Formats: sequence, C-alpha cells, structure tokens
Amino acid sequence: MRIKISIQHVGKVFGEGRQPVEALKDVSLDIADNAFVTFVGASGCGKSTLLRIIGGLEYHTSGEVLVDGAPIMGPGADRAMVFQHYSLYPWLSVMENIKFSRRLRHGRENLREADVEAASGRADALLALMGLSAAANAWPNQLSGGMQQRVAIARALMGRPQVLLMDEPFGALDAQTREVMHDLILHVHRLEKPTLAFVTHDVEEAIYLGQRVVLMAPRPGRIDTIYEVPLPAEREQDMKHTPEFLALKREILARIRETSGMKADQDMLDQLNLQKAEAAS
Amino acid sequence: MPAAPRTGARRPGMWTIRGPLSRRQYWLFAALGLLVPLGLWWGTSSLAGVDKVFLPGPADVFNRLVAWYTEDDLMSDVWISIYRVTMGFVISAAIALPLALLIGTFRPVQALLEPLTDFIRYMPAVAFIPLVMLWVGIDESSKIAIIFIGTFFQMVLMMAEDVRRVPLAQIEAAQTMGADRGETVKLVIFQAAKPALLDTLRVTMGWAWTYLVVAELVAANSGLGYSILKAQRFLQTDKIFVGIILIGLIGLVMDQLFRLAHRKAFPWLYLR
Ligand SMILES: Nc1ncnc2c1ncn2[C@@H]1O[C@H](COP(=O)(O)OP(=O)(O)O)[C@@H](O)[C@H]1O
Ligand SMILES: [Mg+2]
Repeated sequence: MRIKISIQHVGKVFGEGRQPVEALKDVSLDIADNAFVTFVGASGCGKSTLLRIIGGLEYHTSGEVLVDGAPIMGPGADRAMVFQHYSLYPWLSVMENIKFSRRLRHGRENLREADVEAASGRADALLALMGLSAAANAWPNQLSGGMQQRVAIARALMGRPQVLLMDEPFGALDAQTREVMHDLILHVHRLEKPTLAFVTHDVEEAIYLGQRVVLMAPRPGRIDTIYEVPLPAEREQDMKHTPEFLALKREILARIRETSGMKADQDMLDQLNLQKAEAAS
Repeated sequence: MPAAPRTGARRPGMWTIRGPLSRRQYWLFAALGLLVPLGLWWGTSSLAGVDKVFLPGPADVFNRLVAWYTEDDLMSDVWISIYRVTMGFVISAAIALPLALLIGTFRPVQALLEPLTDFIRYMPAVAFIPLVMLWVGIDESSKIAIIFIGTFFQMVLMMAEDVRRVPLAQIEAAQTMGADRGETVKLVIFQAAKPALLDTLRVTMGWAWTYLVVAELVAANSGLGYSILKAQRFLQTDKIFVGIILIGLIGLVMDQLFRLAHRKAFPWLYLR
C-alpha cells in the first residue's frame, strides 16, 4: 500500500518565550493512500493542530510531514479542509460556493471550453451527490446546519483534492443529521477515493467511519494508541450494536478517560488546594 | 358575560423582556417619542416670560426657515455644506479602505500604523484649524480638510476592525482551495467584510456632519455651519435652531440612504 501522508517525529510548540505550550510531541504516523483515518482524544490533545499542520495552515516546530514523499509548503488545493462551521461564503449562492475554486488563478489554468463544461458538470454532480440540487441558488444562511456542511464538503471536493481533512465537521449537528452525514461521507469516500483524515470528539463516530482510529492524549499532545477497526469495509448503521463495535467503543472511552482531562483537572485542583493551604498558613 | 375560554399559552405582552411589538404599536411609540418633546418645546416656549431670544417656539423657527428659504438662499447653504461633508467623507473613505484592508490583514502594517492612528485620533480636529489654514489655505479645500481630519483616523481604525472580524475559517477554506494571497484578500476578506464596512461608512458619515460647524469656522461665508455661527453673533436664536434641525435631518436622510443601500447590496442578510 502506498503511503500518502508520512508524519515523522512531529513536534509543535505554540508561543515563543514566556509560556510555551507543547501542543504536539514526537508524533509519527503513516497514512496510506485512500485510507480513512479518524482521530479522537480529549480536547486540547492537539488533534486540530495536527490536522492543520497536514493542511499547511499551521507549521510544525520539529520533525517532518511528507505528502507523496515531499515536505508540505503551506496550504494547497491538493489538501482540502472542511471546518466545523463559518467557512461558507454567505454572499455566494450554494452553487457559487461550490464553484469557488474556479474563480482562482490556480483553477483557471489550461482553461479550455471542455474544462469549463467538465467543471460545470462536476459541480452539478456534487450537488446531486449531496442532495442539494434543489438548493443550488439558495444562500447558505437559508440552509440548515446539516445542509451547510454538505455544501462545505461539496466545495472541498470540487477541486478533486487527494487529501480531505475534516475537523469535527459534524460537531455542531444534531444526532439524526449526523447519522445521515456519516453514510454520506462514507459514500463520498468510496466514490472519490480521497485520503481522509477526520477529527472528532465522538468515539462512536470515529469507529463507525474510520478504518483506523488514532487516539491522542494531551499534555503534551501525542499519539497514545492506534486501533484497527474490526468491521467490514462497507459500514452499516446496525454495526453500531455489534459486540465488536461496543467492545472497541468501551475500550477507547476508558483509555480516553485514563489519559486525559479528568486526571489533569484533578491534578490542577490538588495543586490549587495546596497553594491555598500554603497561603493560609 | 361568559368567561373567555382558558387557553394555557397567550401571546406575551409588549412589556415582557424582549417581548413583541406589532407594527402599529411601533409607529405609535415612535410618534409619541417625537411628539412629546415637540409638545414640551412648544409648551415651554409659549409660557409667559420666556424670551424668544432665549427659546424661540416651533412657529418662530418655522417662519425663520421659510424666510431663509425665500430671502436668504437657504438651498445654496445646504448644497455647499453637503458638498463639503461629502468631499471630506469620500476622500477619507477612499484612503481609509485600502489602508484598513492592509492593517486588518498584515500584522506588520498593523504594528506600523495602528498605534500612530490611535494617537492622532485623540487630537481635537478644531485644534488643527490654524495648521490647516497655514498648509492648505482658506479656500474650499481647507473645510474639506477639517472634515477629513475629523473622520479619517476613526474610520481607518473601525474599518481595520471590520476586516479583522472576517472568520478565519473563511480565509483558510480559500487557502486550502488553492487561493494565493492576493486572491484571498480580494475574493474572501474584502467580500466578507463589505457589509460591516458599509455600516462603518454609515456611522462615520454621521460623524462627518458633526464636524461641519468646525470646518466652517475656517473663513467660510456660506454653509449651514457658518450660518449657525453667524446667527449666534446676531442673537438669531431661531436661525440657530433651523440650522441645527436641518443638519440633523440631512444626517437622518443620509443614514436611511445608507441603510437602504445596505439592504439592496447585501440581501442575504435580510432574509427574514
Ligand atoms: N494558536 C494557538 N496558540 C497557542 N496555543 C494553541 C493554539 N492553538 C492551539 N493551542 C494549544 O495547543 C493545544 C492543542 O490544541 P488543539 O490542537 O486545538 O486541540 P484539540 O483540537 O485536540 O482540542 C491546546 O493546549 C491549545 O490550547
Ligand atoms: Mg479541535
């Protein structure tokens, strides 16, 4: 299997000087071409930071990130990103949002009649794929949150990115809508075959979508465990109730609890109490 | 009389917190808010013993308005003032807009210009009059310059803030679609900031009008602000009233025009 993204001993320290935060420490991971990898972990464990580094929106302070064997140099159309919200352009219609990349110099290279037609066809196809055909001329803020995320995904797919990065894309949606979106994104993955890195704080989502689940732990942000998901490639909602699924979910949840927040919060409370006691005496 | 059927929930009254107000009720209150002060003014001014020079009544002010219009060429005063304010405002906006885009987008430009602008905006525009007369002279451009000084610095800072408020996700989405720096500024940042920028223009337009009287302190012999100053010298209190009310009305009309333009230009913000 060809490696698409190679993350080698990556570290990231935020803030020069006074209070540096070690957001990532010695993170290594290979992601195969066309893989679907999900990332879970307590908040603040560096999931977003890692995804943004792959996307070129953030730079790492040590180690190396290679895409197709070449180090990344800033953001690029080969690595599209879908955000949790506020990324659509409210002044453009749904269709214009999806076709946004066609306005860019980069999207207009070798622009022949045939390309324009192909692009237009692709936009229509993506619109249909996302079930948005009826909303083509609507403005984004006329749509529900779920529909808006469909537009964002269609827009990200428009330029045929080889890598699709999604940072809690369904985090703001209600449970029913989220289930629909899960099957949709699996369908998109089968059809378009991007390499997909998907961040979530929902363990069930991570298992249902991912071929591998990467569990990260905070302070400093690092990879704790990588789980292979023991489910067939074709996922169905019913699988969420199988013993394997539930066992893995329980295991991951327990591990998150062990590695994360709770303990750190307790440590912090203890420390505060200690300081208070010292101050009192 | 039979008791009205009890239906659990009722429409909340207008005095509930953030309660509803029908259109008719809105206009009723709006009219009340305008008529009560007018009535108070009229009442106070017609009390026995209140000198007209101290407080002219609505009728005196109206008569003065008519006299000014028929005998004293009111319209030329109005137009020259509109011209001065508009020119000062437009020049200010034309320079402030690109600067604000740069300040709100590039940190070095922000560091270079924002503290300086912040400093200058606290300097009183009136105090610049001698300098303006020295450097610009005493013709039309000096009045425009005063209005420019009064509005420009505030405008730059507010517009830069509008630009900075563009959601990062909108910018980064463009970058991961392959937009370069210029395209990101032109196709995303500027487009996204436009509604807020137009709103800032509307607010600063109001401020430009407040500098009119100051501007027409400089060797003017026409204009609403100048007329107010001259009326003060001749104790024509009613004329001062006319001038102030007219400036207020023109400002109100311009404000409404900006609001209308906002609704026309950015319809997606007014869907409900
Ligand atoms: N721009 C930033 N400046 C400083 N610290 C940051 C920045 N972004 C993230 N961090 C810190 O890095 C750590 C990881 O953040 P993040 O990647 O957002 O975590 P996650 O997405 O897993 O919740 C957190 O401690 C966060 O406070
Ligand atoms: Mg995050």
